[in-house]
Amino acid sequence: MLRYILRRLLLSIPLLVGISLVSFLMMHMAPGGPIGAVTDLNPKATAESRARLQAYYGLDQPLHVQYGRWLARMATLDFGDSFSPDGRPVSEKIRERIPITLTINVLSMTLIFLVAIPVGIYSAVRKGSLFDRISTVTVFTGFAIPTFWLALLLMILFGVKLGWLPISGISSLDYGSLGVAGKLADRARHLILPVLLAAFGGLAGMSRYMRSNMLEVIRQDYVATARAKGLPEGKVIFRHAMRNALLPVITILGLSVPDLLGGSVIFETIFAIPGMGQLFYQGVMSRDYPLIMGILTIGAFLTLLGNLLADVGYALADPRIRQA
Amino acid sequence: MSGTPGIWRDFTRRLLRNRLAAAGGAIIVFFFLVSALPALFSSHPPNRIDIVHILRAPSAEHPLGTDDLGRDVLARMAHGARISLSVGFVAVGIAIAIGLVVGLLAGYYGGWVDAVLMRFVDMMLCFPAFFLILSVIAFIGPSIWNIMIIIGLTGWMGVARLVRAETLSLKERDFVAAARAQGAGDGRIVFRHILPNTLAPILVAATLGVAGAILTESALSFLGIGVQPPTPSWGNILTAGKDNIEFAWWLSFFPGLAILVTVLGYNLLGEGIRDAADPRLKGR
Repeated sequence: MLRYILRRLLLSIPLLVGISLVSFLMMHMAPGGPIGAVTDLNPKATAESRARLQAYYGLDQPLHVQYGRWLARMATLDFGDSFSPDGRPVSEKIRERIPITLTINVLSMTLIFLVAIPVGIYSAVRKGSLFDRISTVTVFTGFAIPTFWLALLLMILFGVKLGWLPISGISSLDYGSLGVAGKLADRARHLILPVLLAAFGGLAGMSRYMRSNMLEVIRQDYVATARAKGLPEGKVIFRHAMRNALLPVITILGLSVPDLLGGSVIFETIFAIPGMGQLFYQGVMSRDYPLIMGILTIGAFLTLLGNLLADVGYALADPRIRQA
Repeated sequence: MSGTPGIWRDFTRRLLRNRLAAAGGAIIVFFFLVSALPALFSSHPPNRIDIVHILRAPSAEHPLGTDDLGRDVLARMAHGARISLSVGFVAVGIAIAIGLVVGLLAGYYGGWVDAVLMRFVDMMLCFPAFFLILSVIAFIGPSIWNIMIIIGLTGWMGVARLVRAETLSLKERDFVAAARAQGAGDGRIVFRHILPNTLAPILVAATLGVAGAILTESALSFLGIGVQPPTPSWGNILTAGKDNIEFAWWLSFFPGLAILVTVLGYNLLGEGIRDAADPRLKGR
């Protein structure tokens, strides 16, 4: 097992290098650049001052030299300094933003599991029932709803019309003066809508997936055997069928990392949440190369890690795979 | 495929008998009509600014209200339908073309061709796709063609895997061996015998892919880096909706509903095609 994990980790290094190379080329081959973004609107900027800026950021070097430098710095886990006026280290900027994005994603992931698994199981066991039909319709609608639109509607309903929940940011203006409990409650009120929305898309997919796994498992011989030897239905469903139907769900966990990260751009922009997605959006708009490279690399790393954890989890849960 | 019209007749009959799939098809046909003849659905020009009547609630004159520049929302939505729908089509066309070539090459030739291509697929799957699309569009500039191309270029990996898997199993079948024994070359085997048999899963992936591309375009336009105003698209009408969220619910509600219904239509049709192509999978 340990050898397998080590091998996978080693194999992910060339993958990460490849990903960073593609991102790098893509960024630098596009017309325009970070210097233009700053100087185009400034009439006082001379050709000479532009050249000085180019040299300052190392953008006057040939591409392979620039990439080589970036890679060499990355080897020591140095992400470089941001091109933005504050010029702070990229790693510092990302470290500030990651906790809130991860919090929202972990919470929404938990919500997805808590809701989707029981719904999927119940739909499968009572296939064709009213509950199954309602949940199927809901799932199809869920697949089709633009999340940002749902966000707008919920903001209108709960934020504007009812005034129950705040519609932007992660804390109120008087956050500093609140006690510990008050702070927690305030943060929770701000996170309810974003977490619900982040979970929504995954909810539909996961419950559908769980339902079809369960339907598949229920037809297996060992379930028929369990029934034939007279086990109560509850025991057949939860002990024999459910545990096997849950296995493939582990894989989905790993695969959903890139979607969650991508989704965070949208809802962090809508709700003005200072997370990774918002940081990336700002970085892209100002052509902050080191920041963009940093976030893309971390995103790819998290995805690879998610896949690895999923495979390891699967192997731990299913002895058939461990032996293969 | 040729010489067996019965299979396709069965397929069409099963598809039409599926009420949900037929409903999905009807939705799609309806929105195609809208995008072909937008003037039929609203007599207002989509870009006429009317400062006197800004942010008016739905009325007889403006059935879906007006936006922040006094433009008729129904007219803008009808004209925006063409943009939103064509993005889906072109993007998926590109994705399918790339996915087919990569999948057929990898599956048919195997060995190092397969290894190299599939590692590349793995790599592309590790990008958070939306991050990638966002940065490319922001750099090369938001035009409708750029959006179609980049959504296509980041969406072919699923098709490639699908086609590869199908090809792997198809090339071991007896009818392929028979064709080879008769002296058929690689090209003939791939295009006459393998490709036609992968069409059903590709059709399903394409239909669902159009739905996904429409959602992605609307998200990009909503963030302000998709289709640029004054050209109307469902996504960029929603942006105005967000800016006026406290006064004008209709500006947010209707364009989103159009996206929802269209995407739902494609998803229902896609599921219907899947069931009709392989009745064993029905209801799952």
